Amino acid sequence: MDAIIIETLIKIVVVVLIFSALGGFGTYFERKILAFLQRRWGPNIVGPFGLLQIIADGIKLFTKEDIIPINAERGIFIFSTLIIAVAAFTAFVAIPIYPQFTVFGYTVRPIVIDVNVGLLFVMGVMAVGMYSPLLAGMSSGNKWSLLGAARAVVALLSFEVITGLSILAPLMLVGSLSLIDINAYQMGGIDNWMVWQQPIAFVLFLIAGFAETNRKPFDLSEQDAEIIGGYHTEYSGMKYGLMMIGEYANMFVVAFLVSIIFLGGYGEAGSIVNGEAVGAWGGIWLILKVAFFFILFVWVRAAWPHIRPDQLMWLAWKVLMPLAVVNIVITGIVMMA
Amino acid sequence: MHIEPFENRNVSNSVYVPVDIKPYPKTGWESFKQVVARSLKGELFVGLWTVLREFIKMDWPAIEYPLEKMPMNARYRAVHKLLRLWESGYERCIGCGLCEKICIADCIRMDTRIDANSRKEVTEYSINFGRCIFCGYCAEVCPELAIVHGDRYENVSEQRAHFSLKNDMLTPMDVLKNRAQVEFEGFGALIPGSSNDVKKTPLAY
Repeated sequence: MDAIIIETLIKIVVVVLIFSALGGFGTYFERKILAFLQRRWGPNIVGPFGLLQIIADGIKLFTKEDIIPINAERGIFIFSTLIIAVAAFTAFVAIPIYPQFTVFGYTVRPIVIDVNVGLLFVMGVMAVGMYSPLLAGMSSGNKWSLLGAARAVVALLSFEVITGLSILAPLMLVGSLSLIDINAYQMGGIDNWMVWQQPIAFVLFLIAGFAETNRKPFDLSEQDAEIIGGYHTEYSGMKYGLMMIGEYANMFVVAFLVSIIFLGGYGEAGSIVNGEAVGAWGGIWLILKVAFFFILFVWVRAAWPHIRPDQLMWLAWKVLMPLAVVNIVITGIVMMA
Repeated sequence: MHIEPFENRNVSNSVYVPVDIKPYPKTGWESFKQVVARSLKGELFVGLWTVLREFIKMDWPAIEYPLEKMPMNARYRAVHKLLRLWESGYERCIGCGLCEKICIADCIRMDTRIDANSRKEVTEYSINFGRCIFCGYCAEVCPELAIVHGDRYENVSEQRAHFSLKNDMLTPMDVLKNRAQVEFEGFGALIPGSSNDVKKTPLAY
C-alpha cells in the first residue's frame, strides 16, 4: 500500500515537473517555429539559438512587480490564475504519457491512475479550466477582460458540445472510457488506427481542440488587436506566467488526446506477446505524434486568420454539431448491422 | 518627339488584374453549396503550404537589427549635424540665423558674437528635439550646407538634451582629419537605381 502511495506521488511530481517545463519550452518552440514560418529569426540572441531566452523570460516574470488593479476582486483575481494550471495538470492524471516500461525489475506504468472513466475525467477537468478565464475576466475590473472572458466562455461552452459528441462515436466502437483500453483497441499497425474508421470524428475533435485551447483560428478571447489581452489583460508577473503554463499544458493535453484516441497512441509498446516485449518504439512514436500536433498548433497560427465570434457560433452549432450527430447515427447503424 | 506615346494614358494597364467576383448566393441552397465548396476546396491547405514552403526554403530576409543595419537614403531626415569646412576645419555656420527664422516648430536657438577677426562666430546652437518635426526646412534654407540632416535614426538616450547641443552635432575634429565627415547630398539626391523606376506621367504633355 505504501509503495503505491509513494509511486503515485513520484508520478505526480514527475508529471508536474515535465509539463511545467514543457510549458516554458513550449513558448520557445512556438516563437521559434512561428518565426521560421513567417521568414523571421525568432529568439536568437540569448544563448545558443536563443535557448536561454526561456530562463531570461522566467527571471523577468519572477522579478516583475505584481500588480493588482484597485477595482479588482482581490481574492478571485489571484485564485483564478490557479484554476487553469491546476486543471491542465490534473487532466494528465488519466492520460498515459508513455507506454509501460521496466526499470531495475520494477514495472512502471506512466499513468497516475487508470480510472475506468478516464476520458470523461480528462474532459471534465478541462472544462473546469474554463472557470479561469471567466473568473479572471469578471474580477479584473476591466472591460476588455470582461469581453475576453465572455468570448472565451461562449467559445468553450459551444465546443465542449462538439468535443463530447465527436468523441462519442469512437467510444461506441471501443466500449470503454479508459485511454489505455482505447489505445489497446488500435493495436496492430497503422491499419487499425481509429482515424480510418472515424475520419469525421477526428476532424471534428481536432477543430474543437483548437477552440478549447483558444488557439489561432478561434482565439477570440485574447485577440490583441481587438481586446488587448482578453481576460489576462490585467495580469502580470508570475500570475501571467501561471496562466501561460496552463494554456500550454492544455495544448499538450489535447495533443495527447488526439494522438491516443485517433492515431494509435503508443501501439503495442509495453505489452508482451509470446513472452517477448514488442513495439519498443511505441513511446517514441507517441512523443513524435504529440510533437506533430504541437507544431500543427503553431503552423495553423502562422497560416490562418482568426474568425469572428458569430462565425465561431455558426461553425459550432450549424455545421460541426449536426455533422457530429450524423456521425454518431451512422456509426450506430453500422454497428447494429 | 512624337506625340503618340503620350496619347496612351493607361500607363500601367498591364499590371492590373481584374478581380473575379461571383454573384452572391440568393437562396439557402446556393449559400449551402458555397459553404460546401469552400470547405472542400482546400483553400485552407494552400495557406498552410505557403508558410511551410517559406520554412523549407530556410531563406529569411529579416535583418538582425542591432548587428546589421539598413543603409539610409541620402534624403532621410534624422538627427541634425553641423558640418565643418574640409580645408580649414572652421565651422561652416556663419550665424546668419535663417534656420532659426524658418523653423516652423520654433525649436532652433542660436547665440552669436563678433570674434577677434571680426568674423561672426556661433557660441551656442541648440535644437529642441522635443519640438522638432524633422521637416528639413533648416537644412534646405542653410546657404553654407552647415546644418544638415544625418542618418542617425537611433535617438534614444538618457537625457532629452542629448544630440541637441552644438557639441553633439558639430563634426569632431578627429573625424574631419580622418576625412570621415559625410557630405550632405541634399534633398534632390537620387535614390540609387531610381532612373529605372521612372514612368510616364500625364504631366509629360
